[in-house]
Amino acid sequence: MIRLSIQARQALARLTLPVLIVFSLALMLLGRATPLVPEQARISLSDALAPVYAVVDAPILAVRSAVRSGRDVFALESQNEKLRLENERLRHWYDVAMALDAENATLKGNLHWVPDPTLSYVTARVVADAGGVYARSVLLAVGPHSDIRHGEIALDAGGLVGRVTEVGARSARVLLITDMNSRIPVILEKNRARAILVGENAPSPRLLYVQDGIHPEEGERVVTSAEAGAFPAGLLVGTVHYSTSGQIEVTPAADLGRLEIVRIFDYGLSGIVPPETPGRAAQHP
Amino acid sequence: MDKTPGIRPRPGLRHMLDVASRYAFPGVQTALVLLLLSAPIGIPGQPELQPAWVTGNVFFWSLFRPSSMPAFLVFGLGLLVDLLTQEPIGIQILLLLLIHGLALKFRRELSRSGFALVWLVFGATALVTAVAELFLVSLLTWRILPPWPGLFEFGVATGLYPFLALYLTSVHRGPAAPERAA
Repeated sequence: MIRLSIQARQALARLTLPVLIVFSLALMLLGRATPLVPEQARISLSDALAPVYAVVDAPILAVRSAVRSGRDVFALESQNEKLRLENERLRHWYDVAMALDAENATLKGNLHWVPDPTLSYVTARVVADAGGVYARSVLLAVGPHSDIRHGEIALDAGGLVGRVTEVGARSARVLLITDMNSRIPVILEKNRARAILVGENAPSPRLLYVQDGIHPEEGERVVTSAEAGAFPAGLLVGTVHYSTSGQIEVTPAADLGRLEIVRIFDYGLSGIVPPETPGRAAQHP
Repeated sequence: MDKTPGIRPRPGLRHMLDVASRYAFPGVQTALVLLLLSAPIGIPGQPELQPAWVTGNVFFWSLFRPSSMPAFLVFGLGLLVDLLTQEPIGIQILLLLLIHGLALKFRRELSRSGFALVWLVFGATALVTAVAELFLVSLLTWRILPPWPGLFEFGVATGLYPFLALYLTSVHRGPAAPERAA
């Protein structure tokens, strides 16, 4: 070690904190100027942590399912009744769907319909809530040779979850529809009115820019629209709900607070790049 | 001649390892719990718990045992928080370094006063930190953000601090005390 006098050593120790503060300011500017560098750092960190999270997740999932089955024991009878009614309803809809399917096939044959290509998807497990205070996103653990690319769409069993914004070797980050930067073109199902779904970092995103003269009903279904080639049409987003202050919100169909498994679909769209999270300038694909 | 006569434990590898692990304990436990808090456990308000935990830890250790929380470690913890959440990089680093500097500056007075004063100072620090974070994130993303998440973060940090201090005091007297190394 270099031999320094006590005064020099004390001066150096006192200098550490200001130097580090200046360094952090420089890092802030660097992060803004070259957004790829912190993104690479984030991806490497989440790549390193995703397997660890997946391992830590196992007991948490076990506890959660145990709590759920414990709660279910108390509600067996009412749940049974509810499931019986739902079953009857679904059987009816199954018959309707079969009849419509047959009709669809006949009509498609008559029109010489060109079929859409079958979609490929990757299933991934959500291992971490990666948003923080000012963003909403989740981290997925994916296999090392997965096909996930920037901009692909994530769907839950219930509905739309979000879009993939970062992809690493073993992890991927999905920006949820509730994030502040998320803007999704949607259509209201009943009257086919267009609107934009705007995330607010709150549990329910808001519906803005609804076409003039259209008043959405409470409980109306909202699906994605194919405007500008950003999203495929027809994906279920949620249902309309009027908040207490009269604003139009959409209750998401996907269970965003308890995501466990999502499916990443490759629709082959590249119309609009997905939104970037705070602090990162837009990238080119 | 022995310049510092007295009874002391035998210096050897075991003793050195013990002392080193005691010095490292606060930083490592902060980082580990931070990583644990980013797993999807489903605690309400979990995204606000991460900065609250780190802020409380940095403040406590800078105040009561600064040799276990040097500036480089604070920098590293801030970098970890920034990389784990989606915040623009550098914000939490700056805020944690400022909290560290503040705690060091008022160490002489605060370490002698009771818990209430320390909590008050921490509350004021957390409020200023939340406001500064809101301002910096708004500046770096070039849009006006709503204040509610920041205020909620301040509330969580201030409310968590008593329980945190309870746990950390027992750590401070036990596993993190190098002077008690066997």
